[in-house]
Amino acid sequence: MARLNVNPTRMELKRLKGRLSTAVRGHKLLKDKSDEMIRRFSVLIKENKRLRDEVEKELSDCLAQFAYASGVSSRAQLEKAFSIPKVKLDVEYSTDNIMSVDVPKITVNGAAGGELPYAFAEITSEADYSVKKISEVIVEMMKLAEVEKTVAMLAAEIERNKRRVNALEHVMIPQLNETIDYIRSKLDENERAATTRLMKVKDMIADRNG
Amino acid sequence: MQGETAIIGNGDSVLAFKAGGVDAYPADDALKARETLRRLAMTYKVIFITDDLADPLDDLISRMNEQPYPVIVPIPSEGGSTGYAVKKLKEHMERALGVDILFNKEER
Repeated sequence: MARLNVNPTRMELKRLKGRLSTAVRGHKLLKDKSDEMIRRFSVLIKENKRLRDEVEKELSDCLAQFAYASGVSSRAQLEKAFSIPKVKLDVEYSTDNIMSVDVPKITVNGAAGGELPYAFAEITSEADYSVKKISEVIVEMMKLAEVEKTVAMLAAEIERNKRRVNALEHVMIPQLNETIDYIRSKLDENERAATTRLMKVKDMIADRNG
Repeated sequence: MQGETAIIGNGDSVLAFKAGGVDAYPADDALKARETLRRLAMTYKVIFITDDLADPLDDLISRMNEQPYPVIVPIPSEGGSTGYAVKKLKEHMERALGVDILFNKEER
């Protein structure tokens, strides 16, 4: 590891010691943050998997049903039947903070009712099933939206954080340590040189007088 | 354009979501979907997109992961799932943890 390019002075030594202690503290904090994020992440990802499986299963089911309905009725008919949505989703969108990552928080207040937005005569009955089902699934889907986004954002943040930890652990801290050692040995060397010089001078004076 | 949730998908299947209070925007190909997604991302909070369309739009969706909103959620289309969502899930897991903790049992 290359040492930093600094002058070997006491001033510099003091400054570097300060930097080293900051780096060590920062490294510990980031490491803790990383551990906690990974713990949260592994809980969330399991939740994500479960919701995803559930939503995919239900959705494929009702979309397949809906495909039958669209096979029976013409596109114009369908568009007409669904042009006025009767239910409005009452959802609150805010942000949550997980380990200083801003993640979305979605709360569904009122689940959409099972009312059909059309008259029975307008469209085939195959549509009824899927429409009802979708009103139920939509709540799960909102939950999935929240969890999935959180997982994605957390994954990105964990990766970033890991880089920071590694940079501190394997580059910054060894570099500082090595530089501090270098300055210390240089200062010691100077001190020894000064002492020998003094002894030599003392000897010379003693010789002259004696 | 008054809601906060939208769906982009091909074919008629997206119409069914209108009944659930979701604004539906049909898009037949990736190019159209890209343009629609870009436009909708300005106004909507949650956008569902069928995964056959999400696959070619991967770059755009990944870029939107930087902010909490909008949330882009891939869903299976009427033909069933393409496995896009599961692939993304796996990607995130491997990025964060370095190991696969969910799917490794099933593969064996």
